[in-house]
Formats: sequence, C-alpha cells, structure tokens
Amino acid sequence: MDSQTLTTSTAVAVEHHSHPSYQKHHFETEGQQREAASLGMWVFLLTEIMFFGGMFFAYLLYRNWYNAAFVEASRQLSIPLGTANTAILITSGFAMALAVWSAEVRKKNLLVLFLILTNIFGLAFLCVKYVEYKEKWEHRHIPGIRYSIEEFVHPLLKSNGTTELEGAKALPVDTAKQTEMFFFLYFAMTGMHALHMIIGIGLLCMYTVLAARGKYTNGYVAPIENFGLYWHFVDIVWIFLFPLLYLINRHG
Amino acid sequence: MSATIVSLPDQSTARLPKVNYLNNEHGLLSWLLTGDHKRIAVLYLISTTFFFFVGGAAAALIRMELLTPQSDLMAPDTYNKVFSAHGLVMVFLFLVPVVPAVFGNFLIPIMIGAKDLAFPKINLLSWYLYMIAGTLMLATLIFGGVDTGWTFTTPLSTHYVNTNVVSAGMAVFVAGFSSIFTGLNFIVTIHRMRAPGMTWFRMPLFVWAHYAASIQMVLGTPVVAIAIILVILERTIGIGVFDPTKGGDPLLFQHLFWFYSHPAVYIMILPPMGVISEVMSTFSRKRVFGYTAVAFSSVAIAVFGFFVWAHHMFIMGISSYSALVFSLLTMLVAVPSAIKIFNWSFTMYKGSITFETPLLYAFGFIGLFTVGGLTGVFLGTMGADIHLTETYFIVAHFHFVMVGGGLMGYLAAIHFWWPKMTGRMYPETFSKLAAVTVFIGFNLTFLPQFILGYMGMPRRYAAYPPEFQVLNVLSTAGATVLGLGYLLPMIYLVWSLKYGKIAGNNPWQATGLEWQIQSPPLTENFLVTPIVDHDAYDYEWLAHQTPREVTTVG
Amino acid sequence: MPISPVIWQFWEKWLTNFGLLPKEASTIAPEMDALFWFLILISLFGLVLVIALVTYFSARYQKDLHPVAEDIEGSTVLEVTWTLIPLILFLVCFVWGALLYFRIYTPPVNAMNIYVVGKQWMWKAEHPGGQHEINSLHVPTGVPVQLTLISQDVFHSFSIPAFRIKREAIPGRYSTVWFQATKEGTYDLFCTQYCGTSHSAMIGSVTVMSPEDYKAWAASSTSGSSLAQNGERLFASMQCNACHNGTAEARGPSLAGVYGSKLLLASGSDAFVDEAFLRQAILNPSQHVTAGYAPIMPTYQGQISEDGLIDLVEYIKTLHSNERPQQTLTSTTSTEAAPTAAGMVKP
Repeated sequence: MDSQTLTTSTAVAVEHHSHPSYQKHHFETEGQQREAASLGMWVFLLTEIMFFGGMFFAYLLYRNWYNAAFVEASRQLSIPLGTANTAILITSGFAMALAVWSAEVRKKNLLVLFLILTNIFGLAFLCVKYVEYKEKWEHRHIPGIRYSIEEFVHPLLKSNGTTELEGAKALPVDTAKQTEMFFFLYFAMTGMHALHMIIGIGLLCMYTVLAARGKYTNGYVAPIENFGLYWHFVDIVWIFLFPLLYLINRHG
Repeated sequence: MSATIVSLPDQSTARLPKVNYLNNEHGLLSWLLTGDHKRIAVLYLISTTFFFFVGGAAAALIRMELLTPQSDLMAPDTYNKVFSAHGLVMVFLFLVPVVPAVFGNFLIPIMIGAKDLAFPKINLLSWYLYMIAGTLMLATLIFGGVDTGWTFTTPLSTHYVNTNVVSAGMAVFVAGFSSIFTGLNFIVTIHRMRAPGMTWFRMPLFVWAHYAASIQMVLGTPVVAIAIILVILERTIGIGVFDPTKGGDPLLFQHLFWFYSHPAVYIMILPPMGVISEVMSTFSRKRVFGYTAVAFSSVAIAVFGFFVWAHHMFIMGISSYSALVFSLLTMLVAVPSAIKIFNWSFTMYKGSITFETPLLYAFGFIGLFTVGGLTGVFLGTMGADIHLTETYFIVAHFHFVMVGGGLMGYLAAIHFWWPKMTGRMYPETFSKLAAVTVFIGFNLTFLPQFILGYMGMPRRYAAYPPEFQVLNVLSTAGATVLGLGYLLPMIYLVWSLKYGKIAGNNPWQATGLEWQIQSPPLTENFLVTPIVDHDAYDYEWLAHQTPREVTTVG
Repeated sequence: MPISPVIWQFWEKWLTNFGLLPKEASTIAPEMDALFWFLILISLFGLVLVIALVTYFSARYQKDLHPVAEDIEGSTVLEVTWTLIPLILFLVCFVWGALLYFRIYTPPVNAMNIYVVGKQWMWKAEHPGGQHEINSLHVPTGVPVQLTLISQDVFHSFSIPAFRIKREAIPGRYSTVWFQATKEGTYDLFCTQYCGTSHSAMIGSVTVMSPEDYKAWAASSTSGSSLAQNGERLFASMQCNACHNGTAEARGPSLAGVYGSKLLLASGSDAFVDEAFLRQAILNPSQHVTAGYAPIMPTYQGQISEDGLIDLVEYIKTLHSNERPQQTLTSTTSTEAAPTAAGMVKP
C-alpha cells in the first residue's frame, strides 16, 4: 500500500522552451496548434457540406420529378445578376487569398486592405441578392407567404406579343403549382448561403479590426488562413448553386 | 474473502491531493468560464443527470398509465406529450451526449497524453449549447409540450398538431450543434494531440470508440439539423416541401430524419462499448482480446451505420428493391457488434478475474446488448419487420440496446472512473446491490414487451385492448424496480464525496495513462508530457512501474 | 417445413392459448412464425453461447483460482470464425426475410381488391360492391384479398397481427398489401403509425367468414350501388365525359380498356396504367398526358376526396367498350336500381 504515486515511466522531461505569445498553453508547439486549427476548420466545413447536402438532395429529387415546372421557374431568375454575383464572389475569394498571403509575408497594411476588399465584395453580393429577392417579392414568388402561379399560367407579354422572358412557355395549372417547390428550394438554398455570407462578413469585420492592431502579422496566420477556408467554402457553395438554380435548360 | 484487485492507499494517512482540478480555482465563474475539459465534464455530469431524471419521470408516468388498458391516468393528448417528452429528452439530452460529453471529455486528453482537448473554448461552447437546448426543451414541456413523438413525422408535425413543435425542433437543432462541436473537438484532438509514442494502435479502445462515434456526430447531425429546419419552415410559412397537396413528399422527411437518426443510435452505443473494453481488460488483468479487430469494428460500425437508415422505413412505401439493399446492409452492420461481444468475452479467457461493480455492469451490457442487437436482426429481416415494426417489439429492442447496452455502459463508466474524477471510492456492497437491482428491474420491464410486440400491441398507444394488461403490469412492476436501481447510485455516490475512502491514483491497478496520475487529476493533467513506449493494456509494463517522482502535488 | 404439422399445430395452439402468440389466421402467418422461430433459435444459440462463455470464464479464471493472467493478443482463427458464422446466419435471415417480404407485398393478379382509406382517426374500408365499413373489415376465407391503402391526412398504418401483415397508409399515394384468410373468427385491427390524439382509438376488428357467409353479408350491407356505380355518377357529374366520350374527335383519350394497359405518354415515356396512375392522372394531368393529345385537362386536386377518387378509379377499371358507359357492376347482388338524381353531391 504504497503512498507513493507513480509517474509515467521513461518520461523525459520536455524542456519548457519558449513559445510564441499566441500559442495556447495546452499545445506543445506552435505547429501543433496551427495544424489542429486547420484540421478543425476542415472538419467543420465537412459538417457544412452535410448540412447543405440535405437541401441539395431535396433539390435533386424535385427537379427530377417536376422538371417542366423547374425549367419555367428557373427562367424567372436573372442570369446577368447571377453571373455578376458569381464574378463578385470569385473576386472576393481572390482578395481573401491575397489577404492570407499578406498575413504570411507580414504586411499589415496590405492585409487590412485585402480584408476590407473581401468585405466590400461580400456586401456587394448581398446587395445584388437583395435586389433579386425584392423582385421575387414584387412578382409574388415567395413560397408559402406570397405566391401566385399567375405568371406561369399566363406568361407576361411584351407589347409586340412575344414573352417578356425569352422562351417562356405557359404551363397548365397543376404543373404551374409545382413551381412553388422550385422557389422554396431557391430561397432555402440561397438564403442559407446568404446567412453564411452574413456570418462571414461579421467575422471579417472583427478580423479587420484585429488585423489593424497587428495581431495577424507577427506569425499568427492561422485564424486568417482558416477564415479563408471558410470564405472559399461559401464561395464554392455558390458556384454549385448558380448553375443548378439559374441555368436549368437555358441552352439554345 | 477478498479476491479483489482494489488497491487503496493507507486510509489512516491518506489525503486527497492538495492541488487538483477541483480546487485550484474557486468561485462560480471559474466553473462557468472554465476551459478545463475535466470541469466541463463535471458540468455535463450534473446537467445530464438532471435531464435523465426528467426523462425518467416521463417514463414513470408512461408505465403508470399503462397499468390499465383504459386511458384513465391522463387524457390521450397528455399521454402523447409524455411519451414525446420521454423520447426527446432521453435521446437528445441524455443518450447522445452523456458518455462522450462526460467521460470522453474527461478522459480522452489524459488517455492520449495531452493537456486538454484541441479547442477548450469550443468545448465550453458545446456545454452552453447543451444547456440552451435543455432550457428550450424544458420550456417546450412546461408551456404545453409537444406530441409528435421524438421522430417529428410529417405531415403530422407540420400540419396536424397545435403543440410546441417549433421550440422542440429548435431544442433538437441546438443540441445537435453541441454534439457536432464535441465530435469535431474529439477528432482534431485524437489526430493532432497524441503524446510522443502514442501511435493510433497504442491508444485505448475507449478512444477508438469515441473517434468512430465522433465521425458519425460530425457527418450525420447536420442532416437532421436541416430536416428540422425544413419542418419548422413548413410549419410556419407553409413552403410545401413535405406536403403532398403542394407536390411535396412526406417520405423525403423520413429519409432526411433517419439518415441521422440511425447513425445516432451508434453514436449512443459506441462510446459505452469503449467503456466496456476498458472495464473488461482491467478486471481480467489482461489486454483486450483482438485489439485490432475491436478497433476496426468500431470504425466499421461508424461507416456502415450510414448506409442502413431506410430499415426504419420498410413498410412505408419505399420500393421493395431498395428495401432489399437496406436489409442486406443491416445484416452487414450487425456483424462488427457480434465480433466485439466475442472479443470481450474472450478477454476473460485465462485472465485473473475479480468482480467489482464496473465488471458487473459490463456483464449486464454483454448479455443485454446481445439480446438487443439480435432482436435488431429480427427487425432487419424484411419479412419479419412487417409484423414486428411499430409494435412493442421495437420498443423492447431499442430499450435493450440503449438502456441495457448504453445506460449499463454509462453506469459502468461512472463506477470505474468515479475514483479518478473525485478521488473517492463508493461503498462496494451498495454499488453491487444497485447493479443487480438495475439488471433485474430492466429485464422485468422489457422482456414482456417482446411478447407484447409479437402479440401485436402497437407502440405509442395510450389505451390498449385488455388482453395485453398482464404483460403491461409486469412491465410496470419491473420499471419500479429499475427506477429504484437508478436512485441508489445517486445516494451512495453523493455520500462518497464526503465519506468515501480515499482512492489514490490507481485503485483498480489499471494500465491507462489516466491511472498513472493523481486522483483527482491536476488541471494540466501531467506534470511532464508522457512519452509512450508500450501498448495499451500492457500489464507487464504496469508491473514494472517503479515509484519515482511523486506526482501528487502538495 | 422440417417440423411435422401435428407438432406445429400443437405448439401454435399452446402458445396462442397462453397469449404468447397471436392466432395464425392467414396463409402467410405460419410462414412468418416459422421465420420468427428460426430467428429466436439462432438468437438463443448466440445468447446462450455468450452467457456460457462469460460464466465459464468467470468461474474458471477468477482471481483465486487463476492468480496470474496470460497475455494473449488474439486469435485470427477465432476472429474469422465469429465473423463468418454470424454473417452467414444473418444472410440466411436476410434471404428468408426478403422472400417473405416480396410475397406479402406482391399481390396475386386475381386478388379481390378492397380499398382502405385511413383518416384521423378511423379506417374506412370500401368493398368493390359498394359495402362501406368503418373500423372493421369483413373478408372471406380462401380468397386472396388485396388492400389498397391511402391516407387522407397523415401517415397511418394498417395492421392485422393475426394475419402478420401491416402496411403504411400514405397521404398522396396508394400502397398495397395482400393476404388470404384461413380461419374464421374475429381479429384485432390496429393503426400502428402514431397519428395524433386518438391514435390508440383507431382500432377495429377483422371478421373472417366462410365464402357463403361473406356473400350473405355483402348482400345485406351494400349501400345499393357499387364503387364503380358511384364512380359512374361522379364521372357524369364532374363532366368527364365532355372530353372522354370515346368518339374519334374527342379532346381526351378514350378510357375503354385503358386500365391494365401500357400507355405512351406525350413526354415519350411508357406508363403502366394501374390504380395509382389513374389517381395521379386525375390530380396531376399535365404530367400524364397521353401521346397525341393536348395538355388541356384541368386538375381536380382539392375537388375530389380520396373516396371519390376511388370510385372513379373503380369505374374506369370497368370500362371495356366505347359505348356510352352503362351501369356495370362487380360483385353486389342488390336488385335495387342505382339512384341517378342529377347534381348528386360527390361522396
């Protein structure tokens, strides 16, 4: 009944070497901390893929079942605006990548500049989205709350008799009712995406302020890197959403 | 006769270590703002125990109502709310979090030689999310309850009930994120924070089990999150995604819901299985038989667990051909569990066995989980499922695996690691008595339900035909005994905090790294980072431990 | 069956009398029970084996008898054994279960069809001869009976434990199950999918009668017109014959003989015309347009109840010629003329 306690055998005392101020105490080395943070972000993005995945699955199902309705409903979305948004997001991704580079080469002013640019593009994206959503409200295409199939049963015509939307076909009433499913998926998917953008923009504001104080240009690049991963992920989700929602059957 | 391995320090001079994680900081805020994985584990212990008794109270009400065939204790609406509460609280606020959040949190860093989890702040966030979810759930129950069952089946939940579906759904959503963050933390910790020499195949099987469960937490939970969001949207603004009159498909919800909820049951059982590995080894004084097989079986269960969800939907209108695929995969996922049961049994072969309380619970697990798992094969057999599904056979099956398996594993964990967490031993006679009471009560409660199920008694029935009464009365009698068995540990464990014998650092003479440090541990776990040069469950290494430095501080 | 029928019957009688087994009242019930006993057998085998191992090892290797434990890593032979044997046993269960499942959910072609509509909180059974029952079902022995189920609101599940059959009633589409009753008597009928407040009250009884008794019952409980006759009235009152009148210049395709045929749709794909197709064609016509016709049929979603749809489907099933639809019937023996008052309210 020894009152002496045991320690782990052959334990060699690891010298308490000096570590950067931003290294948390439970990590042995700065490299371990950086790798852990990076892996953590990748795993989190995996959960986000599964989260969006449920909606993508629903989309797959209903687009397959209600193809005619989806084609006509998709025609209601503005390709110029969608393309603009895609370009905006890709540019913001580029700005974010430059921000990460700035942090790595420890150029504080460049970092702040690129973070602000990323933010501006993100806000621009949201502005365009607002314009699109507003248009949907005006046309009464908000599922559940304010929905009318009128424009699908009787497509809007220009003064010369052709349809306002190129290639629009009138749908029978029961098929027209299925367009509500498209718009539900449109709002759910782009809305969830926009929510992630808003969170990202909020975080960007915080990172910009902290970056201006020099927090990320002394070797502590990980938060910027990992936020960059998040931002690029949100970008990629849009890259999938754009063709799936805007470009159904638009060839020819 | 003291055929026991318990090795306590000389009680006349023994003291708890002067400095440990419990007393190094004082005040409420030091607990509420802690980053220490051990303190967070204790926070979870208290809160999960609270919700266990909330769910248990609902269970008591259910069994009391079912004493008589008529719906005479409560109105059918109330009964529906009570069984929904029981399911929601027990699944999302107890079974899913309890072993990972209490024991995974406490032990994983220590078992792999780390000072804490990778993300202590996210760990604390997980607990706060859990508390928010619990509060939302309590609010749901207090302000009228929800009566959709824990499965939120559409279109019932979206269009046909007037109860608090939205707040119940939000509670589940938030609890889901608590679970996701816990799983994320474990995965990163196990990948990146193992001590030098701690290779994957030197880790305790407890860690493997939690790694497998974490994969499921991380991949599966987001899908139920989106399913619940869709239900809430459908209910509030009527989007039509699950509404047949608007072209939606109610079966889509079933697919999204069960895609998580099947892996969820493995999330609930894999961590307790990890506990059983530790307990079987310690009390047989030898390594777990077939370490690699058990480790890979855990991962196999986690992977295959994602491919079988539609076996909950065999009669619901899925095509017969897809039912075929899911039934086949269900048979495949049953095999790794069988492998583990045999490996645990053979861990005892040529061992040197003592029968302390944790081992009694492990025996209970092995017997009851075998019954539960095998009855799962009954249900995975498509043709048999037609008669058995939605009856008390299902209720009996999942209680055998969840309670007979999962809860027994949890109780084994409490009785095994209580000395480590608190520094105290509990009185062995009472703990053995409680274990036997739980076992007897459990069998008396749930074995009759298999018969009831085959006889055709449907589940979720507030009233039933009189010919089912005898078996129901038996079941309620068992439930009373079971409840008593659960109350006993509350009493003697709390008693032990003040009056229990001092445990010392390794009362069970076990091999894990957690048993080589003081009880209760220091906040930073180790004074020096261990360098690992031996396998898990290496009793020879343990025998050659020479007392060197004193690691008790103060 | 490797067990003698005498022993089987004794075993079954003993168990049902003790309330441990529901009566076997359909052709499929003994098959289900046989599979069940097989599952019990292999489970008992597995459980007893595990308990025996643990008990034996506990006794033989307890610390007092075996103070020094041997360090054993494992045994590949054992691992393979207890992987393969459970796998093989489970696969046997899988095959047997799959066969049974397909048998239960593949009705024979000549089965008598009874429609069952579930709604909160009652079952409505509609026999082809027009007999309507609530929370009860009368069937004859020795005849395959198919149930075509649908729900008017939420998921329900139609369960007859004595027949060992169960099938979900789904809102929005038909599902089917079949059985052939063997023993006269009264058996429980349950709803087994939680459906709200009175889920446990959604129960009833199935009465199995000899074919002669069934005929007598059908004659005495008919409402006077068969489902098809109801459908004929509805067809006229909804003015379906404005387009579907069977003439060459009709706007809609002729419905004579369409049931059971393979139809070429305007979309280019083939469709097999069963009850589900007909129901969908009425509710969602623009996606079920016959080739060569314009998509002008209006939808009747929300205008016809599930009962009405059943009547229409039954009526269309009886159409064999292009002549003006007559009052063709199926199995009712009522001699009353069906009322033909104009503007009859839809059922």
